[in-house]
Amino acid sequence: MFKKIMSIALALVMIVSCCAVFASCGDNEKEKLGESEAMLAAPEITKDFEIPAEFKIGLICLHDENSTYDNNFIKAMKSVQTALGLTDAQVLIKTGVAETDDCYQAAADLVNKGCKVVFANSFGHEAYIVKAAKEFPNVQFCHATGTTSKYSSKDVPNFHNAFAAIYEGRYIAGIAAGYKLNQMIEDKKITADQAVIGYVGAFTYAEVISGMTSFYLGAKSVCPTATMKVRYTGSWYDQQAEQEAANALITKDNCVLISQHADSVGAPTACEVAGVPNVSYNGSTYKSGENTFIISSAINWAPYFKYIIKCACTGADIDKDWTGTIATGSIVLSGLNLDVIADGTKEAVEKAIADFKAGTIHVFDTSKDNFITKDGKKLTEYLADVDGDYTGETNVIHDGFFDESNASQFRSAPYFDIIIDGVTNINTNFGD
Amino acid sequence: MTATSKTAESRVENAHEPFISITRRTSSTIGRSLVVRTVAVVIALIICAIITVVLTGENPINVFVSMFEANFGNLNLMMVSMQELAILLLVSLAVTPAFRMKFWNCGAEGQALFGGLAAALVMLLWGGKINDILLLAATLISSILAGVIWGVIPSVFKAHWNTNETLFTLMMNYVAMQLVKFFIKIAAKDGSSVVDPDMLRFSTESGEIFTSAQKFLIIAGFAVIVTIFSFIYLNYSKHGYEISVVGESENTAKYIGINVRKVIVRTMAISGGICGIVGFLLVTVSSRSINPDIVAGRGFTAIMVSWLAKFNPLIMILTSFLLVFLKIGAGNVAMNFRLSLSFSDILTGIILFFIIGCEFFLNYKVRFNFCRLGSQKKR
Repeated sequence: MFKKIMSIALALVMIVSCCAVFASCGDNEKEKLGESEAMLAAPEITKDFEIPAEFKIGLICLHDENSTYDNNFIKAMKSVQTALGLTDAQVLIKTGVAETDDCYQAAADLVNKGCKVVFANSFGHEAYIVKAAKEFPNVQFCHATGTTSKYSSKDVPNFHNAFAAIYEGRYIAGIAAGYKLNQMIEDKKITADQAVIGYVGAFTYAEVISGMTSFYLGAKSVCPTATMKVRYTGSWYDQQAEQEAANALITKDNCVLISQHADSVGAPTACEVAGVPNVSYNGSTYKSGENTFIISSAINWAPYFKYIIKCACTGADIDKDWTGTIATGSIVLSGLNLDVIADGTKEAVEKAIADFKAGTIHVFDTSKDNFITKDGKKLTEYLADVDGDYTGETNVIHDGFFDESNASQFRSAPYFDIIIDGVTNINTNFGD
Repeated sequence: MTATSKTAESRVENAHEPFISITRRTSSTIGRSLVVRTVAVVIALIICAIITVVLTGENPINVFVSMFEANFGNLNLMMVSMQELAILLLVSLAVTPAFRMKFWNCGAEGQALFGGLAAALVMLLWGGKINDILLLAATLISSILAGVIWGVIPSVFKAHWNTNETLFTLMMNYVAMQLVKFFIKIAAKDGSSVVDPDMLRFSTESGEIFTSAQKFLIIAGFAVIVTIFSFIYLNYSKHGYEISVVGESENTAKYIGINVRKVIVRTMAISGGICGIVGFLLVTVSSRSINPDIVAGRGFTAIMVSWLAKFNPLIMILTSFLLVFLKIGAGNVAMNFRLSLSFSDILTGIILFFIIGCEFFLNYKVRFNFCRLGSQKKR
């Protein structure tokens, strides 16, 4: 009996003391300012056309909502559904569709169920969607991240590609990171040469390289001494690997700020533990990093979904290839973490957004001095592989900038795959 | 066999028997097994219905209708589900001879994948360059050979050094998976980790030579032939008899002069060969593409199909149908009701749990001793 009473008493003491400790911690800290309003919110979708009652659209996703990548599409589709007043029966979402003949069968089934537009979200779906497009010429087929609509599938008029100029969003996020680096230099926490950014990438593909380079350039545009080290995990979603990569960047590579292009909260979590500022991707990770999160950029697919629905309903042609930009509302930026950002960040971000809307700046500006160089030289020409045959053939540098994701001239899917000066790959991973 | 301990018994004076007594059934009639199984399915469906209402608020009847529609809604859907059935059935038939021999082959996944890899390799090298019929024959033969090799390796180790076949075959799956990743790295030069069907093509302009209906007929045709072959081979051939004897007792087999090592290796060669056919069907006929997940866990589902059917090839048609029906239905439920795929997995899990669980009531007799319950209440 004595033991029981003692143990209860001890437990109580522990609880009370814990409460007291936490409470006192709370008292010592200054009031949190929290996260600001979204810097670039998704624009409201308005219904400005008639939708026939029998209209249906189908969405094919590689995984389900548990993947942040697929969830981004599903969320956008649901928001468009609500905005346009469509019913659940008019918006058919197939999840867990593999990159095999299953994808063709899923598309065929959606057509059978009456879909006028079918959208597939994964790179490996493309060939099967093209096959379905050939078989059902009266249905429009759209495919995200694909590369062939203007090249090998150019004779399939009802097949379309789309992507977004997410590099614009990443560039702006990079500016916020650059301000943070400058603040650290001013506070004498680091020297100008120690402004090393760490980047956790998924694979060594153009999609990742384009994103990380634009982020780096954003930072470099305000902090000229910034350099960047990159580690690849070899997976789009692997929390453990992303966390380890971020930790290695912080401890082994002496990085003082981390960003990532992979879909879990692994890197933000590692940053919060180590107290290193973090710029994230695919939506705010403020909750995982209240003391380190800065800003996050993401693609908003809703404008494209509205666009293809409108085209299908009004009989207009859908562009063979389409790139969403800040101007089309396809890029969104989260709020800034007011407890972490350096002074002036908000104004700089707002200015950059305005510049992109006005079309006055280019992310991959090859004319600027000490900005984009390879082996110390400025780039004047670069043969990119835009037709998907694995050899570069098209010069994509003109008028003093690298013309990334130009859907009307080249293609929407990224093709910037240069590791520029200032960026170091610690490892590479092309998919083992 | 009693379910309660002696102390519990001695406390109750009036009843010497435990409350629940379980005895092994010596005989089981077809009628009884039908009744038990039907009751199990009905209870499973009722529980699924309750869970559906509680968790989602949807009408459970609609959920079941939607499952049914996904499989039989129209001719195309029927073809898709029958094709899926045929492939699962083939993998199940592949693992069965080894299972009858009590060789726990958990490597059907890898054997089929390796077969598919061989097919992909042949198509990458010769696709469009040689006659299509020749190409088909070459891919089929190389797939079967590859499957045989992948099946025989663990069996040789088992036969000669008595290694653990379960672990060995499981590990072979990973080796096959890594080899496929390696292949993709070489084949997909853009580093996209996707093997585009354009890389694995026939000589026609589109690269394809079969329509969907023809694909279905080919795959179904293989399934029918292999089912009939397996049934005859396992039940009416000398080889089939040897497999059963080795499975029952290796010593008996040795005593009556069966070369046990030879039987083990030969049987696994057959298992692997059938898996190889599956790899051929998936890669060459169906998708013209390969990825490490192309067998999609069928190698493991097949174990359940085979067990549920008590290793009988004809009953396997039913059990593989059940699993395919649930899987395809689950996808449609997720789409129609905007539910996560996990929810459909829960329903599938419940149904399988009851179907497997009811085996207990077929093998054992359960008697409740209500006398004892009464006497307890009095006290």
